[in-house]
Amino acid sequence: MLALAPQDLRLDVNALDYLILALYFAVVVGIGFAARRAIRSSSDFFLAGRALPAWITGLAFVSANLGAIEILGMAANGAQYGLMTVHYYWIGAVPAMVFLGIVMMPFYYRSKVHSVPEFLRRRFNPATQLFNAIAFAVAQVLIAGINLYALALVMEALLGWPLWLSVIVSAAIVLAYITLGGLSSAIYNEVMQFFVIIAGLVPVVVLGLIRVGGFEGLGQKVRESVLGDGGLHTWSTTASTDNPLGASWIGIVFGLGFVLSFGYWTTNFAEVQRGLSARNTNAARLTPIVAAYPKLLIPVVTVIPGLVALVLFSDLGKDGGPAYNYAIPLLMNEFLPNGVLGVAVTGLLASFMAGMAANISGFNTVFTYDIWKGHVNGDKPDEFYVRLGRVATIGGVVAGIGTAFIAAGFSNIMNYLQALFAFFNAPLFATFIIGLFWKRMTPWAGFWGIIAGTLAAFAVYIPYRAELIDLGTDLNASFVAAGAAFLVDAIVSVAITLVTTPKPEEELRGLVYGLTDVDLKDDSIAGDKAWYRSPVVLGSGALVLAAAFYLPFL
Amino acid sequence: MLFDIRRILGGLFAVYGVILVVAGLLDGAEEIAKAEGVRINLWTGIGMLVLAGVFLLWERLRPKDVPDPSDENSGDA
Repeated sequence: MLALAPQDLRLDVNALDYLILALYFAVVVGIGFAARRAIRSSSDFFLAGRALPAWITGLAFVSANLGAIEILGMAANGAQYGLMTVHYYWIGAVPAMVFLGIVMMPFYYRSKVHSVPEFLRRRFNPATQLFNAIAFAVAQVLIAGINLYALALVMEALLGWPLWLSVIVSAAIVLAYITLGGLSSAIYNEVMQFFVIIAGLVPVVVLGLIRVGGFEGLGQKVRESVLGDGGLHTWSTTASTDNPLGASWIGIVFGLGFVLSFGYWTTNFAEVQRGLSARNTNAARLTPIVAAYPKLLIPVVTVIPGLVALVLFSDLGKDGGPAYNYAIPLLMNEFLPNGVLGVAVTGLLASFMAGMAANISGFNTVFTYDIWKGHVNGDKPDEFYVRLGRVATIGGVVAGIGTAFIAAGFSNIMNYLQALFAFFNAPLFATFIIGLFWKRMTPWAGFWGIIAGTLAAFAVYIPYRAELIDLGTDLNASFVAAGAAFLVDAIVSVAITLVTTPKPEEELRGLVYGLTDVDLKDDSIAGDKAWYRSPVVLGSGALVLAAAFYLPFL
Repeated sequence: MLFDIRRILGGLFAVYGVILVVAGLLDGAEEIAKAEGVRINLWTGIGMLVLAGVFLLWERLRPKDVPDPSDENSGDA
């Protein structure tokens, strides 16, 4: 076992690595300029012209969630909780992604809305749209800032760049390509980032496994580590909360697998937007389903490195040792020679930026359509809104930089905020699911349901943070907060519906299950009928694989 | 006409692949020992060249997979 002091985090990068990094960012900015030429309308800027095939939107969908915080964090979870970390993927993501594709995406896509808040206006009323739009816009800017700050911290530790330099350079690159090319350049960059980060992580996994003696050697060494045998099981220890994750199967299935996961994946506009940019209904439905397949396999490049780092570095996560979050950078330092090292660093940096770009491209759309066009001034010519979108991008990035510097001063507050965003969408999901299947649900029920649900989440989480109530682990606290938000939203929605007037059925056509819009023509293209382009077939395949992957690790 | 992402991916990985293959061939004993005795630059470079080949070939065989975004199939604005 190796002992490590924090200064060992510095990577030994040379000119070759910087060449690889520079090439990547030259291509990124080049994409921005090339995409700019294709932008003729607001639909081109905000929805990539609704012209992309499912494999591109699908990879962008998975990539928008594959930010570096996610990668480093899941490797950290792998080291801390062992194989139970796969629950975040196989039950905590895939089922919700399949549900989004099969059940919800047709409503989003065929109603021709530009955003999730716009859907809320059509189904409920402008007040619901405005509340959700403002909450979303604020959250996206804060998350972009947190992303930027995390990026700067990692770059300082690994490359020795000063904090302000990383913040300004990365913000400038993101600003350049989103302002120029809008959503198309965000999506193209996400696809590119997906392949680069995988190319950087696979060598780490292969070399790490060689060092520890393959899967068998890894299993044996994990059993001998602080994690013990519990680190190698996913379900068999969940009858009680006496397992590394500190969660029972009820918490995992309903808390993680249902409220948290469905809330995040089905209503988070930064994700849904990728589907809205697809070329037709079938491609939109396939977007999250195509994404589910790589999502199934991502634990290979996050959880395995986490476990390898756990058995190789004796002081990982201990007082005076490196934090769990540095599991992957430590392995890069340990194994990768210059060249591949540059690819891995590029992948990390690119995934930080892709995460931020997803936040910013969601923000500029919601700001332009749902806040400005919907509630300030709605009858300007189309070019005005493209220009406004570009201005909003600049504003969003500048606000993100501000947030990053605030985060540098108050990192604890930012941690809490980030935890809060994890269950921010739970009440929204309750509203959606009731609103989609119950045509009687009234506009004001939508509005008050979301407000009450959001307040309920705060009402549970803030006393927990202030240590007024004891909910066990952080994870359990987020299950309880999300569950409370979901239930309160549902109860309030039903109660208000019973005392207010519903919308006439004519206005709900295409927005509620069972009320089809007869004016919509079939937009399928040649080849959509093939089984390998069927959302139901591919979605079921992803679910079966998710279940099968658990079998060796029960 | 918006460029095809497959050409960009193919191009980027072809350049990376060549860089890594050259770096891998020039790697000395120290680099190889660090990577558990594997010429990791060389193998990663070869993998990237294969990936680049797949993207470029795919674009060649099915050139119309990304339609022009200004086409009429794109719905309203």
